[in-house]
Amino acid sequence: MAETTSTTSVAPAPAVIKPGTGALVAAGRPRRRYSLLTRHDKLLLTLMVGIPLLLDLILIWGPAAASVGFSFTNWSGIGAISPGNFIGVKNYQNLFTSYIFFWPALRHNLIWLAFLSLVSTPLGMFLAVLLDREIRGTRVYQSVLFLPVVLSLAVVGFIWELQYAPSEGFINNAFGLVESHRIIDWLGDENINLYAVLIAASWRHVGYIMVLYLAGLKSVDPSLREAAKVDGANERQTFFSVVLPVMAPINIVIVVVTAIESLRAFDIVYIINRGKNGLELLSTLITNNSISEASLVGFGSAIAVVLLVISLVPIVTFLSTVSRERA
Amino acid sequence: MSVAVPIPRRVATAVGRRSLTPGRIALHAFLIAVCAAWLFPLLWAIFTSLRPISDTAHHGYLSWPSQLDFTNYINVWSQANLPYYYVNTLVIVVPGVLLTLLVSSMLAFAISQFSWKFNLTVLMLFSAGNLLPPQVLVVPLYFIYTHTPIAMLGSIDIGSFSFALFSDNNLLYDQYIGIMLIHIVFQTGFATFVLSNYMKTISKEITESAIVDGAHVLRIWWSIVLPLCRPALAAMATLLFTFIYNDFFWALILISTGDKRPITSALNNLQGEFFVNNNLIAAGAMLVAIPPILVYIFLQKQFIAGLTLGSTKG
Repeated sequence: MAETTSTTSVAPAPAVIKPGTGALVAAGRPRRRYSLLTRHDKLLLTLMVGIPLLLDLILIWGPAAASVGFSFTNWSGIGAISPGNFIGVKNYQNLFTSYIFFWPALRHNLIWLAFLSLVSTPLGMFLAVLLDREIRGTRVYQSVLFLPVVLSLAVVGFIWELQYAPSEGFINNAFGLVESHRIIDWLGDENINLYAVLIAASWRHVGYIMVLYLAGLKSVDPSLREAAKVDGANERQTFFSVVLPVMAPINIVIVVVTAIESLRAFDIVYIINRGKNGLELLSTLITNNSISEASLVGFGSAIAVVLLVISLVPIVTFLSTVSRERA
Repeated sequence: MSVAVPIPRRVATAVGRRSLTPGRIALHAFLIAVCAAWLFPLLWAIFTSLRPISDTAHHGYLSWPSQLDFTNYINVWSQANLPYYYVNTLVIVVPGVLLTLLVSSMLAFAISQFSWKFNLTVLMLFSAGNLLPPQVLVVPLYFIYTHTPIAMLGSIDIGSFSFALFSDNNLLYDQYIGIMLIHIVFQTGFATFVLSNYMKTISKEITESAIVDGAHVLRIWWSIVLPLCRPALAAMATLLFTFIYNDFFWALILISTGDKRPITSALNNLQGEFFVNNNLIAAGAMLVAIPPILVYIFLQKQFIAGLTLGSTKG
């Protein structure tokens, strides 16, 4: 049960770190610390942890696990589920071989991930590095770039529709494409709409990354840079050989954030065309199959499992970083 | 900053600020260009929203405005019944933020100030749960929501608004309380992670000596730890407000009655029905964006602190 962690004030016994758990346990005299908490306190602490934990298991992890279970059935979501509904890996077979939207959706998610990781995230980091230097007006620049971060991606979708609209949008008008009847349907043409949406999504993502990275840069001990300067390193050398290595944990956070954002993308494509016609994503396929139109719960769950498995990569990366930092 | 270095450093920057080298000019030119590009979509949306439809229909969207007014805002506000959706959002956001802070601050307190065997496991479960794409769990969750019986204890009626206690269809589905619940559980993962990081910086000896003095844990949580966490709580409140306000997905899936939708997910129905031209779309989008933009103007510091507390230590 619960026990206070700090070593007792009487004799500061050396603290040892239990590998794996990360819990600090005072060496020696473990018995005494139990007596510090009354039974009433222990009960309260148990409830403080237990109630939210229970809800988390019921509403988050339970459903995530149930998705795995449902994916092996042909259940429609209506009526009771019986052993007769069990169809093995058939949903997966259909998904991989005959469902025409699966591979495009997966490809779109991967393009999303690649675009954010190779274009938007580096741009955000680059801007953070520029703005971290002592330049006049850095606050103003930061505020402008940060502005879209507070908006929801649904609103971002609306704002960019005004840029992309075929005959009424800014872009086609500004480049004279309306007058010359060479209208480009930025959001309707399935060959380009994904990239048009990615630019809109990046409008928000770049500011987000910039803010995170800037905080990381600010947390780097300035004396490290001073030392590098004294040793004769130029700004570029200092950044790559001193600052960047110190920033390893925040770099991982940024990679994880980028990956998670790419897998979660939903709002903006749903607002634009409900995730169809070139904008299919795993997330929209799940909802379109199992909730909105058809009630193919089993089949939708199989797509959810694919998304779950992919998401576990950044999630596990994040968790191992956290546990390493805490250990 | 170390004690020995500041003086040369300050001199160096003072010199750097005065002399505008070509490099500096290029840097500013680049940043100004990027910022102009960044502001443009928003400014264009504001510009479009202020132009009456007759003006753009006659002159096109890329033209000098002959008239700017708030007609589109007034039309969207009254025709699409926007005040209604703002109230729906308010009913979900306010309790949602407060309860998330309550639950996560207790949880963070219990796992950061005391050593449990499964301390780290609990923290990991919560933060990993928060990172899952919501679509991964939405199908079974939808089933839970449509099958969990919830008491119907009448409703609070204020004007044209009716707030069910706790449900008006015996279910968790299509209820304010259901949306609130999923937000609280989902966001508790993030808030706990941030708050426990923050609480770790509080010396455990404070907690310990309070226990020795006979204070019970609720009192330590409320009168010792929470006041010390005030900056983190303010940052979290700002961030959670924006997160829950901006939610599109949960309300889209877990609420079926259009009239119960909060403003952000109501956008989906409004488009096509009320947002029939670009000018109205722009006005609608701006109206929905106003609360987060107010957060941006007045609480930017808290918002950024909330985001970065989660990514950097302490």
